[in-house]
Amino acid sequence: MKRHDRAQMAARVAQDIADGAYVNLGIGLPTLVANHLPADREIVLQSENGILGMGPAPDRDDEDPELINAGKQPVTQLPGSSFFHHGDSFAMIRGGHLDLCVLGAFQVSVTGDLANWHTGKEGAIPAVGGAMDLAVGARRIVVMMELMTSGGECKLVERCTYPLTGLACVSRVYTDLAIFDIDRNGVRVAECVEGLEFEALRRMVGFAALRDGRS
Amino acid sequence: MIDKSVATALQAVADVFDGARVLVGGFGTAGMPDELIDALIEQGARDLTIISNNAGNGEHGLAALLKAGRVAKVVCSFPRQSDSHHFDALYRAGKIELELVPQGTLAARIEAAGAGLGGIYTPTGVGTPLAMGKETRRIGDRDYVFELPIHADFALIKAHRADRWGNLVYRKAARNFGPIMATAARCTIAQVTQIVTLGELDPEAIVTPGIYVRRVVKIDGATQNNALGVAA
Repeated sequence: MKRHDRAQMAARVAQDIADGAYVNLGIGLPTLVANHLPADREIVLQSENGILGMGPAPDRDDEDPELINAGKQPVTQLPGSSFFHHGDSFAMIRGGHLDLCVLGAFQVSVTGDLANWHTGKEGAIPAVGGAMDLAVGARRIVVMMELMTSGGECKLVERCTYPLTGLACVSRVYTDLAIFDIDRNGVRVAECVEGLEFEALRRMVGFAALRDGRS
Repeated sequence: MIDKSVATALQAVADVFDGARVLVGGFGTAGMPDELIDALIEQGARDLTIISNNAGNGEHGLAALLKAGRVAKVVCSFPRQSDSHHFDALYRAGKIELELVPQGTLAARIEAAGAGLGGIYTPTGVGTPLAMGKETRRIGDRDYVFELPIHADFALIKAHRADRWGNLVYRKAARNFGPIMATAARCTIAQVTQIVTLGELDPEAIVTPGIYVRRVVKIDGATQNNALGVAA
């Protein structure tokens, strides 16, 4: 089978973002989506540290330490961009003004619960950032993650074992092997990578209720 | 006559007392008031409670204050970073208390304090460990968690330009927590790159009205940029 690499996953997420959408990309894997936004669409990126209309990374000589994204990497501003303080930024997020948020995850459950802030392990330092606000606030939450851990465990689970970020908030999961849609009826496979049979995917995911939603 | 300008950063933080609650602006290193924090280290106040988004990056600013052993408790949303080693070491050694707050809740609690509100109901964190033990309430068809306001004795923030009345404008994404923190402390101290003549700041563009600001100290622009040049 042809497993998607991270750039291919990012390109696939980007393909689904509509012209005119206001979007927040979570730190880590979702940040890559910015590199694949279709050139013929105006998509406005929000960064929770107070930027709307964020542009791509600058050349090294043009880096400005006061113009960074939520992952603290240097970015640029596009014509039409604006700056605002954290109160306004999270009013946008919590108040339902963002069309889409793409987040990374440790685990997503079949009911759309999200765990992405803390492994809960002894000695681990918890850090939540804006993840919980994004999870309750954006109109649509999708997750971008590799389907399996490096240890071979599926991250799409019947019930999250890691501490939760938000309840029943994820509606689609983009992975390196398949795309899953989650609604009140459960999980449907929307796409599989080439060469991966549905039954083989179901065995990897490990729950019988997985449905094939491909037409 | 009103003149909130102070000659040095050390004078600006002279009355910060042991055990004070201090809001510190910045998101990573952007907007971090490094020179005010350096002055606070020199001034010597200890057992501080620091409320800030992060728990220090690298060796400067908040990280240096933590390293100096002046902080008893940190209230923040994102302490764990690739270069937050001073916080990590203190936390693992049990030498610092952490109150973890979702970033939007941190902002809203600070805003509530500044606006004289007794708290907020937020949907953020419902059903998660960060809502455990807190009052929840159903309003309409949604559940909310009650969160208390965050008041502070001092706020240390960084802005771009000020006038002698304490009006402030910021620069790019260094604005972040500055404007809301300015409202929530009894004494807000701003370090700025430039102090301009009263009337020079466009009233339409002033972000923080001077009523919220007690002291303004000009830090040499080159120094400020150097401090920022440390990789985030």
